Amino acid sequence: MTTQTILPVNAEALKALSESKQEPAWLTDSRLAALELAGQLELPKLEKQRIERWNIHSYGEYKESNKLASLDELPEQVAKLVEGSREGGLVIQRNSGTVYASLAPELAAKGVIFTDLETAVKEHADLVKPYLHQALKSDEHAMAALHAAVWNGGVFLYVPKNVEVDVPLQAVMLTDDAEATFAPHVLVVAEANSQITYVDNYVSDSLAAPVTHNGVVEVFAKNGAKVRYASVHQLAGEATDVTFRRAVLDNDASIEWIVGEMNDGDTASDTMSILKGNGSTSDAKIIAVGSGSQKINYTTQAKHFGKSSASQMITRAVMREEAQAIINGITKIEKGATKADGQQTERVLMLSPKARGDANPILLIDEDDVTAGHAASVGQVNREQIYYLMSRGISRSVAESLIIYGFLAPVVSEIPLEGLRDQLQGLVERKLGQ
Amino acid sequence: MSTKFVIEGLKATIEGKEILKGINLEMKGGEVHAIMGPNGTGKSTLASALMGHPKYEVTEGKVFLDDEDVLEMEVDERARAGLFLAMQYPSEIAGVTNSDFLRSSINARRGEGNEISLIKFIRQMEGKMKELEMNPEFAHRYLNEGFSGGEKKRNEILQMMMLDPKIVVLDEIDSGLDIDALRIVANGVNAMKSEERGFLIITHYQRLLNYITPDYVHVMMQGRIVKSGGPELAERLEAEGYDWIKEELGITDETVGQDA
Repeated sequence: MTTQTILPVNAEALKALSESKQEPAWLTDSRLAALELAGQLELPKLEKQRIERWNIHSYGEYKESNKLASLDELPEQVAKLVEGSREGGLVIQRNSGTVYASLAPELAAKGVIFTDLETAVKEHADLVKPYLHQALKSDEHAMAALHAAVWNGGVFLYVPKNVEVDVPLQAVMLTDDAEATFAPHVLVVAEANSQITYVDNYVSDSLAAPVTHNGVVEVFAKNGAKVRYASVHQLAGEATDVTFRRAVLDNDASIEWIVGEMNDGDTASDTMSILKGNGSTSDAKIIAVGSGSQKINYTTQAKHFGKSSASQMITRAVMREEAQAIINGITKIEKGATKADGQQTERVLMLSPKARGDANPILLIDEDDVTAGHAASVGQVNREQIYYLMSRGISRSVAESLIIYGFLAPVVSEIPLEGLRDQLQGLVERKLGQ
Repeated sequence: MSTKFVIEGLKATIEGKEILKGINLEMKGGEVHAIMGPNGTGKSTLASALMGHPKYEVTEGKVFLDDEDVLEMEVDERARAGLFLAMQYPSEIAGVTNSDFLRSSINARRGEGNEISLIKFIRQMEGKMKELEMNPEFAHRYLNEGFSGGEKKRNEILQMMMLDPKIVVLDEIDSGLDIDALRIVANGVNAMKSEERGFLIITHYQRLLNYITPDYVHVMMQGRIVKSGGPELAERLEAEGYDWIKEELGITDETVGQDA
């Protein structure tokens, strides 16, 4: 039986909204076509979990966001996040719209564009239109279609050819009004031989009712471009977070994903690199802590088309209380992707007998001349290790946290941005109730 | 007051099987006691039961360290009271560096507000590592991960030196060591000898005792201490093996808790 997706908006209202925002006609058409698809397509299939049972209908409605006169108007925790990290550029979305956007003049002078996507579709349509919804097409499933119909605010980051940006550009996506649609779309285009680091934080503040976040990230790295994409999600329990991240890599392009999944609510995320070009590389690091009665589904994927392309995926997740996590790694090597190398590891550490973790490494290989490997484990804190640490005078609780941090350390210590590393450390502590 | 360590009628089981059948032993600070015996006679069980390994259940007996019953304590409290066990098979813990672990251990003993300064800690650790001829790089490696058997044993001795315990139990510290490593480990132990500290050395070879001279030697069989003596007992065991004791006591199978 087909599950009919309940649409949060009708075509007329969507059209009216798009026009009232003075969006270009091609975008209005794209939204309307996507909405129609959303009514026809199935929901994405989650391994061993049923997303249709999650709260994926709390879209609320579009509400205009007031631009910030100053950053002091932000909730304290958001203000803290952006403190001291504004030098490169900063975009802040609050609920349905962007409230702040800045970019260092010297970067703008080099041709870098860093603004909200709604502005970019008007001012840089030639740079946006060829890429928008191309990494994740709106006909893939109902969530993708609905996102393409209702997305708002968002980020557009464009780095011209040969431009290397050495300060991270930052974005904050804040939901603090449960009645407002929260569906940011992040689009990154890195031209040939450019380099960029982008960091975003998804945060919530005093939500009075359930919220569904339906978010999409698309990254296009052209020949030889290097993109580092770090994302930390720390939404409250009221928020259900469904996020698709896609990167398309041309020859010798590379992406480094660093993802911290620290939400308190149900979360499905899918982070995929499409290694289209020869010699392209992808490195994905995911750290996650689940707590409460969260349902969690994390997927990392690498699709190899290019010769001598290489992918590395590492997920380390700690599950406490009654959290339930399904963790998938999918390495797909297509015919013709000779000398490709795909490696993946998923590890889950469970801290309570009621926590559940399931790691599914999947290798799909249609080419002979490749190397690929996987490792997966699901386990509880080792009693012998606790005993050993305690036998040196360390208390049980300290021993447990040493082991938990030790479990996450191989990924955390590899995070190249010090501020982000510290932030994740703090979030892990909070999620572990310490 | 000199350290006093007394084991009284200690019985312990593993998975319902009795392994220790009433151990009695008394030692004081400054003394070195060796517990010898063939494999499977309960020696390592004694070490683990003293430290409080969760697999072993103590069913009877008392163990006093300076008049406090350590069997009433959690594992970490025993350690903070001054008991140290150098383990035969130390755990490997990924992600926790050797130096972080050592500093946490030292600070756990010193207590909150009295933590060791980082500089002092590093200086101490580097000094001790040098004495044990350990590669300084081991401070930053994950705890015991990828260490060879000999490196793990040296690391146990390093911990002993840094933690300055009152009673040291060495469980088969000599197994898997080549002669150089054995000498280094023995030197480490000898350097730690003091009037305030007692050593209980568990081994089934005499060779360690060529480097660390015991004051008392006890032989364990069938979960009990069946014979005690001075250093000359160890020498006789080295020369003649254990059979003469078995004969003297009418023991045919010296092991305990093992299915035939």
